[in-house]
Amino acid sequence: MDFGFTTAAYVVAAILFILSLGGLSGQESAKRAVWYGIAGMALAVAATLIGPGAGLWLLSLILIAAGGAIGYQLATKVQMTQMPELVAAMHSLVGLAAVFVGFNAHIEMGNVMAMDDAAKKAAEGFAALLAKKDSVEIAILRVEVFLGIFIGAVTFTGSVIAYGKLAGRVDSAATKLPGGHMLNAAAAAISVLCLIWYFNTGGFMPMFFMTLAALFIGYHLIMGIGGADMPVVVSMLNSYSGWAAAAIGFSLGNDLLIVVGALVGSSGAILSYIMCKAMNRSFISVILGGFGGPAGEQMAVEGEQIAIEAEGVAAALNDADSVIIIPGYGMAVAQAQGAVSELVKKLRAKGKNVRFAIHPVAGRLPGHMNVLLAEAKVPYDIVMEMDEINDDFPDTDVAIVIGSNDIVNPAAQDDPNSPIAGMPVLECWKAKTVFVSKRGQGTGYSGIENPLFFKDNTRMFYGDAKASLDKLLPMID
Amino acid sequence: MKIGTPKEIFEGENRVAMTPDSALQLQKLGHECVIETGAGAAAGFDDAAYKAAGVEVVKTAAALWKAADVVAKVRVPDAAEMKRLRDGQTLISFFSPVADEAKMQQAADKGATVVAMEMIPRISRAQKMDALSSMANIAGYRAVIEAGNNFGRFFTGQITAAGKVPPAKVLVVGAGVAGLAAIGTSTSLGAITLAFDVRPEVAEQVESMGAEFVYLDFEEEQQDGAATGGYAAVSSPEFREAQLAKFRELAPEVDIVITTALIPNREAPELWTEDMVAAMKPGSVIIDLAAEKGGNCKQTVMDEKIVTDNGVTIIGYTDFPSRMATQASTLYATNIRHLLTDLTPEKDGVINHNMEDDVIRGATIAHGKAVTFPPPPPKVAAIAAQKKKPAAKELTPEEKRAAEVAAFKQQTKNQVTLLAIGGALLLAVGLVAPASFMQHFIVFVLAVFVGFQVIWGVAHSLHTPLMAVTNAISSIIILGALMQIGSSSFLVIILAALSVFMCGINIFGGFLVTRRMLAMFQKS
Repeated sequence: MDFGFTTAAYVVAAILFILSLGGLSGQESAKRAVWYGIAGMALAVAATLIGPGAGLWLLSLILIAAGGAIGYQLATKVQMTQMPELVAAMHSLVGLAAVFVGFNAHIEMGNVMAMDDAAKKAAEGFAALLAKKDSVEIAILRVEVFLGIFIGAVTFTGSVIAYGKLAGRVDSAATKLPGGHMLNAAAAAISVLCLIWYFNTGGFMPMFFMTLAALFIGYHLIMGIGGADMPVVVSMLNSYSGWAAAAIGFSLGNDLLIVVGALVGSSGAILSYIMCKAMNRSFISVILGGFGGPAGEQMAVEGEQIAIEAEGVAAALNDADSVIIIPGYGMAVAQAQGAVSELVKKLRAKGKNVRFAIHPVAGRLPGHMNVLLAEAKVPYDIVMEMDEINDDFPDTDVAIVIGSNDIVNPAAQDDPNSPIAGMPVLECWKAKTVFVSKRGQGTGYSGIENPLFFKDNTRMFYGDAKASLDKLLPMID
Repeated sequence: MKIGTPKEIFEGENRVAMTPDSALQLQKLGHECVIETGAGAAAGFDDAAYKAAGVEVVKTAAALWKAADVVAKVRVPDAAEMKRLRDGQTLISFFSPVADEAKMQQAADKGATVVAMEMIPRISRAQKMDALSSMANIAGYRAVIEAGNNFGRFFTGQITAAGKVPPAKVLVVGAGVAGLAAIGTSTSLGAITLAFDVRPEVAEQVESMGAEFVYLDFEEEQQDGAATGGYAAVSSPEFREAQLAKFRELAPEVDIVITTALIPNREAPELWTEDMVAAMKPGSVIIDLAAEKGGNCKQTVMDEKIVTDNGVTIIGYTDFPSRMATQASTLYATNIRHLLTDLTPEKDGVINHNMEDDVIRGATIAHGKAVTFPPPPPKVAAIAAQKKKPAAKELTPEEKRAAEVAAFKQQTKNQVTLLAIGGALLLAVGLVAPASFMQHFIVFVLAVFVGFQVIWGVAHSLHTPLMAVTNAISSIIILGALMQIGSSSFLVIILAALSVFMCGINIFGGFLVTRRMLAMFQKS
């Protein structure tokens, strides 16, 4: 088979992938961009099947088809509110695949090393590639394989835990085993020792121990991170899955794997950075889990929360000219996006200026709220980013907070001792009236009181977000 | 009680304190109404209209003053009217208590109650009776109309077949009620409108009316409008200098100047000096709404229109509301009616002069044989105290330039440092690693670089689709599994097959879900 053709196909595929990511800069070009990605993937797989991966090609095709059928089912059935879980679950598959491919590379390496010269010449596929390596290259290869497996394993257990937390199967609070970060450090130390051991011997045992340690790190790291930090966690795992692919690409000597791995890795890293910035926290503090203790006495909150019924909210909305809605994770949990969209449609039909303000870390996934609102057929040009809309609150008649808490907490600006001090927040309290749709009087994820709820112009609209909105809808005329 | 309104004696005063409409409302409060014949004629209300509204029309002023328990009028009563005022009678009218102290004393001695309309406190509850505001509103509107009448050009800029007309430039000094009304009228006529006020907190109101607020380059503890009940106070000499310098700069550009700057119970400050008038273009117009208190421009002649040597028209009329007598009377009569509503809490036609009430107490200057001026400060502050906020500093072009240069330098420094570190690391790796590794490594570094460049451009709202699509393409790891599946080792085949299967799920799942999400994003 002509490997030159394969390389050419890889170059085209790599360009298609880059275009695919670049196209996501706008809603319309994004629709085209997905097709670039699909074409790139099809080209890469086809080229590999014809070229270096020709062995057992029929089995490969059958497996891809079977996997594709399951993937199709998942993609069409999943509800938009479950996107974070789906993404996390998929990361775990990439991680596990990376571990398997890494192990294979290790096994093949062992086989090839055992061959005599004649057998080496007769070797096919991946084995042929290995057979040509000299001793220095083998040493580097070991490091690469080792890294690929390590990152893959961390990604795998980490994603499984993240999935569990997002799907509500694992308690989403930050929990740590006794010993905390010392356990992680110990596991990391074991991994480093194993690397040295493996580097010198090339045996299976260090590889095995390292895998166990990495699996533990993935598990324990993500267990220690709480629900509201999930946007960072998911984008971080996204990044890891990319680096794992890149490391495997090094060990297999495959440039396309390296390119794509690096693209995905940097994409995840940038997303994590954006999310951290939106929470005004360093990446390290998010990864090490939980909020740090308050730096001093927090400001006491004075006043009381004033409740309001649907009639009052409806009256205010009927009188308002401009409305800004601030959705949060609570809206996703209550599946209230359809009702919200209905409300917006009614208000807009009356000529009111209705917009959405989206905080970068609203929800459990970067861009989570945008997707939910898009699903509910809210036009994207009235969905604004925090920086675009924050200055408009003073001119707004009504701000409606649906299921968000920390991202609208004025303590971030007013109270230097607050754990979230300095975090950029949506300044909804500057609107003339603020309605907060909330299930009860509890505090948000970070466990701190929200002075917004006690402000004079704030009214609490208690109840499940969807039920409350359904009650409200018929009263808007 | 009988509410009576005499004909205004003051020459040129066309307004009347009672209209047929307000009379109907007063009768609903249980009062009877009486009016002197011809009192409303100048404002467009004839005796027949009053009669139709159930108002008794009497022939002479003397008869009216005798008949009425409450006399409502517009202007300060003159000597003859003061004589007619009697014990137990209530007089509601404009009555400047400082200038007319003797008359106030006289009324108190007689045992009459006097409610001065300009003394109504400026609190929200009393806005409906605030005659100063309702009259100022008319004055502001009329000032612009009067200016237009004396100005030889269009207000709005036009490009016509007969040539291009530049828009008029209007400067409004003092953004009180009259100023804001003038701003609104002027902008709606299409002029470029600038406005100035010593109270920086009104900048927002000015901008909301469509005018441009003139800011001064001046740093001082700005006075708080709340402390003076929403009125302007005297400003420091330094501030005044900065203000005059700004006006001097504007004088050659503006076509129409409307000055409305008044400080309560003081002579009007001089804001438009002679040299500014001299600097203005011929044909320009100055409307001095402060003419009654000496004028913001010292060349102003009260109640007259003059033209200076350089062709600038200066108008010092003080009777703008009276020039729109119908409108002014309607509003003033409504103010009076609201005041009487507050004085008749039971709606039974009995006046209850409650001196505990902030509004009534504040406006009453004579009651129960005593002068009750000045009133104690009201219990409620007129306006909530302004929070001190640091004014956004206007950067000069040089400072801006310097900031840009500094930012650029910092950026360059950061980039060079990063490049140097990255380059050094790359070289260090190159020293030890074999050539085959370096080939791949360079591809890796380039790909990371491209990734960073591309991803920053991704829209925030598309972050979830981005994650889904990167997820799908990170399944590129399937290539590795495909290459290994042809191995001779059974274990390798099994593991590779599992990987291919899982990647298959991921590829299809990832791309399909991305497509599903993107299809949902739609424009309105």
